[in-house]
Amino acid sequence: MIFARAERRTLDIAGALALGGVLAFVGVATAVLLGHAGSGSGAGAGAGAPLFDAYILRVARFTFLQAALSTLLSVALAIPVARALARQRAFLGRVWILRLSAVPLGLPALVAALGIIEIWGRQGVVNDLLRLAGLQNPVSVYGLTGILIAHVFFNLPLAVRFLVAALERIPAEYWLSSANLGMGGGAVFRLIEWPVIRRVLPGIAGLVFMLCATSFTLVLTLGGGPAATTIEVAIYQALRFDFDPARAVLLAFLQIAVTGLLLFVLSLFGRPQDEGVTAGRAIRRFDGRRRRVTDGLVILAFTLFTAAPLLATLVSGLAADFGRLALDPTLHRALLTSLAISLASASLSLAIALPVVLVPQLAESGAAGPARLIMAGVLPAVGSLILLVPPVVVATGWFLMLRLFGETGRFAPAIVTVINALMALPFVVRVLGPAYRTHLARTARLALSLGITGRRRLVTIDWPALKKPFLTAFAFAMALSLGDLGAVAIFGAEGFVTLPWLLYSRMASYRTADAAGIALILGVLCLLLTLPSTAPDRAPERPGPDA
Amino acid sequence: MPDTAIALSDVTVRFAEKTLAFDCAIKAGAAVAVVGPSGAGKSTLFNVIAGFQPPAAGSVRLLGEDMAGRDPAERPVSIVFQDNNLFSHLTIADNVGLGIDPGLRLDAAGWCRVSEALARVGLGGYETRLPGSLSGGERQRVALARALVRRRPILLLDEPFAALDPAMRADMAALLADLVAETQATMLFITHQPEDIGRLAGEVIYVTDGKIRFHEPAGDFLARREPADIAKFLGRSVP
Amino acid sequence: MRTLLSTLVTALAVCVAVPASAQEKTLTVYTYESFIAEWGPGPKVKEEFEKTCGCKVEWVGVADGVELLTRLKLEGEGTKADVVLGLDTNLIAEAKATGLFEAHGLSPKDLTVPGGFSDDTFLPYDYGHFAVVYDSETLKNPPTSLKDLVEGDPAEKIVIEDPRTSTPGLGLLLWVKSVYGDKAPEAWEKLKRRVLTVTPGWSEAYGLFTKGEAPMVLSYTTSPAYHVIAEKNERYKAAAFSEGHYIQIEVAGLTRTAGDKALARQFLTYMTGPDFQSIIPETNWMMPAGKTRDPLPAAFDALVKPEKTFLMSPEEVAANRKAWIDEWLAVMSAK
Repeated sequence: MIFARAERRTLDIAGALALGGVLAFVGVATAVLLGHAGSGSGAGAGAGAPLFDAYILRVARFTFLQAALSTLLSVALAIPVARALARQRAFLGRVWILRLSAVPLGLPALVAALGIIEIWGRQGVVNDLLRLAGLQNPVSVYGLTGILIAHVFFNLPLAVRFLVAALERIPAEYWLSSANLGMGGGAVFRLIEWPVIRRVLPGIAGLVFMLCATSFTLVLTLGGGPAATTIEVAIYQALRFDFDPARAVLLAFLQIAVTGLLLFVLSLFGRPQDEGVTAGRAIRRFDGRRRRVTDGLVILAFTLFTAAPLLATLVSGLAADFGRLALDPTLHRALLTSLAISLASASLSLAIALPVVLVPQLAESGAAGPARLIMAGVLPAVGSLILLVPPVVVATGWFLMLRLFGETGRFAPAIVTVINALMALPFVVRVLGPAYRTHLARTARLALSLGITGRRRLVTIDWPALKKPFLTAFAFAMALSLGDLGAVAIFGAEGFVTLPWLLYSRMASYRTADAAGIALILGVLCLLLTLPSTAPDRAPERPGPDA
Repeated sequence: MPDTAIALSDVTVRFAEKTLAFDCAIKAGAAVAVVGPSGAGKSTLFNVIAGFQPPAAGSVRLLGEDMAGRDPAERPVSIVFQDNNLFSHLTIADNVGLGIDPGLRLDAAGWCRVSEALARVGLGGYETRLPGSLSGGERQRVALARALVRRRPILLLDEPFAALDPAMRADMAALLADLVAETQATMLFITHQPEDIGRLAGEVIYVTDGKIRFHEPAGDFLARREPADIAKFLGRSVP
Repeated sequence: MRTLLSTLVTALAVCVAVPASAQEKTLTVYTYESFIAEWGPGPKVKEEFEKTCGCKVEWVGVADGVELLTRLKLEGEGTKADVVLGLDTNLIAEAKATGLFEAHGLSPKDLTVPGGFSDDTFLPYDYGHFAVVYDSETLKNPPTSLKDLVEGDPAEKIVIEDPRTSTPGLGLLLWVKSVYGDKAPEAWEKLKRRVLTVTPGWSEAYGLFTKGEAPMVLSYTTSPAYHVIAEKNERYKAAAFSEGHYIQIEVAGLTRTAGDKALARQFLTYMTGPDFQSIIPETNWMMPAGKTRDPLPAAFDALVKPEKTFLMSPEEVAANRKAWIDEWLAVMSAK
């Protein structure tokens, strides 16, 4: 038993609220859209087209293929990088390398695509270097290569961040024991690191797969032609150009079904295990010394790959006229709106994530009737799959719904906030879940036996130990919301301007330098967000006398 | 075998808030209790010997050899902690087998030794179980079994009984005494219980404020009435 | 947590503008976002029109013309729009099919749109021809015809937009169809070798172009004017094609549900007059559909003036769009 009776009841209620709320939010939108389909929109040229034509089958196949490859690459590369980073705890700039990992999330796809092009494009740095080396034909990234580079750029840092966090949860005594026993690198990987990695890998792979499967702008822009089309593109096309909401909803279901199946298979691999209980020693690694050079090279390569497109974005951004931008009232407003939206959506996302994380652990601890077991099974699935529900579908559904209550513009901030919160949910759950599991294994019984429960437990036991995961999750959720254009577009409320919206708007009016300046602001904001969660502990790691 | 198993001369360890200095010589085959208040530097002393904490100055000689630059695994030392000695996802046999080959590539003879060691600590037949299904005392005995198969001449135990109840502690102490007698290892153990001294130790090292204050026969130490902190340490726990 | 949330909610509420006061007459105009951006025509149009009409103009700006139509379809009869400004000719048939628009009943003089567009429901306010814009520093021999473009050196690349998701993309599709007719698939087969990539929208394509990834991009004849006037940069030029250019005409119309139809018609009349028309060139970077007070800036004179204009009827586009896009997909997706 890891929760007191009152806590169990609170969790049941919170879980039911979260589940009901999320399903209702998505369900209402979907139902309204499907209902609207009948009401005379036959003019759309795509209306009535069969859903599973050859085109959609091809698109579905490509979606799956590119997402699978992107995931495989991102995750496979993340393992050596995360091991090197976990081993080299004193590596110069290590904390900044980890901080960079949240930045791509907060960049609109258009900005990221242009940053990647500056490095990998025909006129990019890589081709310049190849030409210097005497090679004639430049390497072309347009096609599957470009899509993979872009997706690895977005997701490798994410996977690394999650893996490093998992490796750092390994009890400090393991490293002392392994050093005392003289385990080599291979044995450390096989016997200590891999069991931990294997446990979190399905979750990470699932998240990366969803992000890649729903990719739109990157796939089209870098894909080189319409052979590279994802289901998300077809959904957008159905909803906007053909105005066939029913088709859009059906395609969204197809997307969820295809990916959900994969996630289910993945979930069969990662079974949680007993956590080692540690005395809370500071982690010290003794296997880093001999591998300093190779680890350094791995970390350097990773940093170059991740940082180069960001650096390109920074350089283009610096060309902007910041003197004028700083005085631009529209920018001020967009900045404030974006910050308010992202703060609110990150808070909401965390609030929903808590029951999503805790109810399954409650069920596992043995105190489960059938209702609780079902909820424990459904909550995480819903929390994950929500990423596959296209925001444009939900936003459109809600627009139709809210139209009945007058001025839709008034509701735009709320809808955007909720949509962003739901999109961030899979991230938040993956950050908090493993951390909470370890934490509960270490403290739950003790806390319970001492009668520290409820709010007091949250404040005195959970928060101090889980501050970093909480702040990390918050930073991820905020970054995601900051960079999201999605749902704002449909409402077009006067005065409701977010940073990505402003960026696209300037871009669409030839104001490339302004757009680059806004991209830079977004990047810097995302970097700042990661500061609290990665700040060094106030008392520096104390390899203290009796630590 | 040289007479002196552990020789620390002018060993200095610097932390941000304090500096510790150790100087001592421990004879081969000795059984030494390391006692002292929390935060005095007992674990650091172990870390220096085991190679987890490189000293800022001074030399560490084990069995007559200078240990400078030697990794923990290259030292003639086995160490057992209060907890987490076992990898929770590996079976008991695997955890012990790591003491024979840290890559866990054992031949049949190796697995035989593992089973013998487990039987010796009273856990015959536990091979395929996971640490989570064992009691705290059993887990510590697995750790001892691993130390047994490693056959290192120096055994460091960092509060090995702290998590155990009194009856189990007595059993463990008896087992440990037998093992040390069999293997003729030099043993140092950290403890907060005066009765452990009586059960196991021939000598006592008293650490306080980052220094070794006394190093004397156990009988002398147990008879002390001053200084006050030692009297309190001994007196408080006398039933 | 609760106080934090309530602070946020308040902050959000402040971010959304307060609706205009109810005493005055209000004219609600739906348009695309860049029209009402602070550098766009919107602010000036609003200021000038409000001086003469004794009313208040309220803008609702969505992403682009396509989104505008989607928005209307979503809102149906309940739409707040009195005037819808920013649809283009390709969207007219679908817009009429919604049954939401009313004939304007106006006969403005001086509207001179190439191709002679005229419609009883929608009035044009500006136009632009699609054109291949190139970087004169890296491309010394720009194509002089669509044929030239289609059959040219595959090493010299062009970035185009996707007809499934963008207006210029559809424009190019119709352009090629107008010139090549049934031979369009063969033309695409050849052009494909020169296509670096197909982007979802104009912004991505133009971004790649200005980053130097490709020496050509599908844009508008008016694009160079922005670089000349706003950036003093003569580097980017539009290529004149001997076959002619496909035109994009932007139009506006009044809704059947408009609260004050006289006011809406007054706005449409104003829109076709010289005051409105004079604002367009240097704010919307398109060619004015009517007479301006002064001659156009020199940079506009220097622009490509197509001798022949292609324009398919809205009905023809609506009837064939799906089939033509499928045809395009088949060619472009093949290995």
